[in-house]
Amino acid sequence: MTFEYAPAPESRAIVSIKPKYGHFINGSFVAGKKHFPTINPATEEVLSLISLGGVSDVDKAVAAAQKAYTKSWSKLSGKERGKYLYRIARILQERAREFAVLETLDNGKPIRETRDIDIPLVAAHFFYHAGWADKLDYAGLGHSPKAYGVAGQIIPWNFPLLMLAWKVAPALATGNTVVLKPAETTSLTALLFAEVCQQAQLPDGVVNIVTGDGSTGAAIVNHPGIHKIAFTGSTEVGKKIARAIAATDKKATLELGGKGANIVFDDAPVDEAVEGIVNGIFFNQGHVCCAGSRLILQESIAEEVIEKLKVRMSKIRVGDPLDKNTDLGAINSKEQLVKIKELSAIGDAEGAQRWSPQCNLPDKGFWFAPTIFTGVTQANRIAQEEIFGPVLSVLTFRTPQEAIDKANNTPFGLSAGIWSEKGSRIFWASQHLKAGVIWANTFNKFDPASPFGGYKESGWGREGGKHGLAAYLKNGKETGAK
Amino acid sequence: MTTKKQPRVDVKKTYKLFINGAFARSESGRVFEVTAKNGDFIANPALASRKDLRDAVTAARAAQSGWAKATAYNRGQILYRIAEMLEGRAEQFESEIALTSQITAAKAKAQVTDAIDRWVWYAGWSDKLQAVSGATNPVSGPFFNFSISEPQGVIAIASDVSFIDFIDAIAAAVVSGNTTVVLVPGSLAVPAMTFAEVLATSDLPAGVINILTGSLDELAPWAASHMDIDGFDISGINKKKHGELKVAGAENLKRIHAFSTGQSPTRILAFMESKTVWHSVGV
Amino acid sequence: MSFYGLVDGSEKSLLKFLEQLSGVDQVGADSRAAMLATRSIKTTSKKWAIDTAISMVDLTTLEGADTPGKVRALCSKAVRPDPIDPTVPSVGAICVYNDMVEIARTHLDAIGGEHVPVAAVSTAFPSGRASMEVKIQDTQDAINAGAAEIDMVIDRGAFLAGKYGMVFDEIVKIREICGEKAHLKVIFETGELVTYDNVRKASYLAMLAGADFIKTSTGKVAPAATPPVVLVMLEAVRDFYTITQRKIGVKPAGGIRTTKDAIKQLVLVNETAGPDWLTPQLFRIGASALLNDLLMQRMKMSDGYYASPNYVSID
Repeated sequence: MTFEYAPAPESRAIVSIKPKYGHFINGSFVAGKKHFPTINPATEEVLSLISLGGVSDVDKAVAAAQKAYTKSWSKLSGKERGKYLYRIARILQERAREFAVLETLDNGKPIRETRDIDIPLVAAHFFYHAGWADKLDYAGLGHSPKAYGVAGQIIPWNFPLLMLAWKVAPALATGNTVVLKPAETTSLTALLFAEVCQQAQLPDGVVNIVTGDGSTGAAIVNHPGIHKIAFTGSTEVGKKIARAIAATDKKATLELGGKGANIVFDDAPVDEAVEGIVNGIFFNQGHVCCAGSRLILQESIAEEVIEKLKVRMSKIRVGDPLDKNTDLGAINSKEQLVKIKELSAIGDAEGAQRWSPQCNLPDKGFWFAPTIFTGVTQANRIAQEEIFGPVLSVLTFRTPQEAIDKANNTPFGLSAGIWSEKGSRIFWASQHLKAGVIWANTFNKFDPASPFGGYKESGWGREGGKHGLAAYLKNGKETGAK
Repeated sequence: MTTKKQPRVDVKKTYKLFINGAFARSESGRVFEVTAKNGDFIANPALASRKDLRDAVTAARAAQSGWAKATAYNRGQILYRIAEMLEGRAEQFESEIALTSQITAAKAKAQVTDAIDRWVWYAGWSDKLQAVSGATNPVSGPFFNFSISEPQGVIAIASDVSFIDFIDAIAAAVVSGNTTVVLVPGSLAVPAMTFAEVLATSDLPAGVINILTGSLDELAPWAASHMDIDGFDISGINKKKHGELKVAGAENLKRIHAFSTGQSPTRILAFMESKTVWHSVGV
Repeated sequence: MSFYGLVDGSEKSLLKFLEQLSGVDQVGADSRAAMLATRSIKTTSKKWAIDTAISMVDLTTLEGADTPGKVRALCSKAVRPDPIDPTVPSVGAICVYNDMVEIARTHLDAIGGEHVPVAAVSTAFPSGRASMEVKIQDTQDAINAGAAEIDMVIDRGAFLAGKYGMVFDEIVKIREICGEKAHLKVIFETGELVTYDNVRKASYLAMLAGADFIKTSTGKVAPAATPPVVLVMLEAVRDFYTITQRKIGVKPAGGIRTTKDAIKQLVLVNETAGPDWLTPQLFRIGASALLNDLLMQRMKMSDGYYASPNYVSID
């Protein structure tokens, strides 16, 4: 007997997508000049046309943000600012399903994740930061810490609305105004968020959204009216931004790449570790900067864990992202799919053993089966480079120190996982791992109260928690440049 | 036979670099001249080269995990020991600073007492940083979640020529467990190398503080681009040059900071990295 | 003696075996079960799941007030859950106290329900607090009366005191009494064992001692068959099969009252032990009220409108 799950698609009826979108500047939508299509990566269906923002659009947005900062937002007490954030949080909760469906359509990630993870976290992020707005004196940053003014924010396509929330919520709570650029392939939920700002009656110009590509982002980074840059994306672009603002007084928060080590010791709770491995690399199609993309297994249990992992991987349901039972959705873009295929081919060429479960990938859209490479060594490119897809590299170790050495042997330092039933070993390992976020007997957990960010080339600064506030307040870490 | 009493010829110090706990000449064999306000010759400190910088970084990297692993209490005691050693040689520092810098003897004296007190102040921070910078975070779920701050690793310091700024920069970097490569400009070389002697008698592990005298213009770009340096305090560099150093530092996303005021825990925290650990809570 | 060549039955060998089992992280197990609970089972798959669930129900009455009349009524329902619709399958078994076994067996045979086995709870159910002689006699009586399945309880006191050998020996003895005549289900009362580590240990103890089924609960203690507990047991039978090539069944019992609950259990089976376990031979659901909800949902599936309890029998 087989238990086939019949299709269980979430209805699209809840969303209405306009044929064409402008930018959101000074509280209203402004038509763009040039447009580019945004597609559903699961079907390649064109969903809408998005405006390609240029220098003049960014100018207008910055001017609106500056005006909003001086005329209204900076004059508002923290208490009142906070209430706007609470309003936004509540409206997001009310319209959660609409956002979830739209995010899934535009991004390709499963509805189960947008519904149960992305959108609830978005609302939680606004709710959390709302409460900070009138308590900044107690954030450990000195008395009356001051906002920078206009924050320029550039976000990635992997968690479109969640990354917007990570950026916009703390910026507004701390009294900054915002010019935000969503990723080229995933603008729709940001544009729907603009409607939420309108419903919340947020003062005009406090949040401005300019859609576009890398050139639009560069216009934001280089704009003299912006005092603070917050970027989430690749390490390569992060370095470009660091160079671009080097000779300015602009401050930057950078959340960049990673090659997270997920270390499984021989005393691990194996079944939960297998779940954690799956969640670590196949959550969100592996489009996660903190993904546990390097599995570092104690050699004595490697065979058992890999066998169990393969059995578990064959249960992963790949397909229609709108189906409520889908575990692994579409790769976000053709470009990303090409990159994943290229790096996987390098894994083959380097002599690692590739394995994927049997799965029928849809004909249209961008798809990649969940994949593991075993027999990987530190010297392999697939052990060093971020693949940003559902591809896991498996390495082994003999002693705890060797596990740590391998985990730290990377220019990245964003995340790591530890699986062990021994408390002292977990604390030892967590002390020695050079990573900003460490999950012990869990993986890929996020919360607005928990700071997130990396060591080394994984970025600058933290987002979330008390630590994340420092990124948007002048009495932050530096006492002033000479 | 009678001998006429001759004036004693005093024994001058040979200035070297301080790398890995040892006094070494620059591999380049170069020196530069430091003179008194009146132009009198004072010393020929070593003019450190980029290879000396490289050696100092190697020493600092090797010392880093051990220094970070030392208990906060232990690091605090060693920093306090530096204050004790400095106090014992206060007069020497006062005269060297007065002789080689543009400040008065009274101001030099004030700087040295400030410097001693500063070490005492920083020593006390070692075991309090977590209390002010860490947090337990009430996440929504069955997890214990906490954030702690850790040293970033190897920090280069381009020191201002002022002795007290030199002390602030070093103490702020090392108290948390970082190791340092300190680039010392011009006449600061004289008290800086005397300070190295203080360090050599302060139970400080070799390699934690490495001091290179010479030219900031020459060395700072190499420090900025060095891929095994994690952070760079450029307080001693003219702001006009910050841009190019930050461009070079972007290659490994170095944490580059400049400070206008010295004594602040934010200066310590600027070279620390926050780590957040989640742990499942269950039976 | 050798039990699958894995232990020799001594306390020492059992301890050694249990020690090498990996621990269960409660948070991880809970979240896996919660994630599987989000599976959306609709239309054709729901129809299939409902019939499968009906065929897996161990229709149970375990009351002090049980009477022959009550048991006979239950037997009728077991054979033809929906008297109007013959396509509804019979349930997996009738589950009663041992003094009701003969009544149940006789009535089932009389109404064409020969294919429905009678299960008897045994070994001083539900507490398990009696001498071994009493437990053996309890079991023997049930088998003599025609029970084809024995649902024994383990001695939780002994288990929690760390006397694994004692727990093991009792199961072995009851297994001997069952012989070829009866299948043995071993009840852990997971609500009293509390931790998932204990559930895993108890699962292996029972499987090594010869259990045909491992069962969560008596239905008298809450929490009972929670999804994560069933998950841990399904992992145990899956891994035990890998080691021994023998498939052990799993029976959640207690707290499964709705179709939704039952389908969640089937999803757990499907995605943990695998589709091989989706048969009444390897998965049963101990329940009483569940059957009517399954029937009502089944009516909704075939008629297209929501059903009323007035149209399903209360027996």
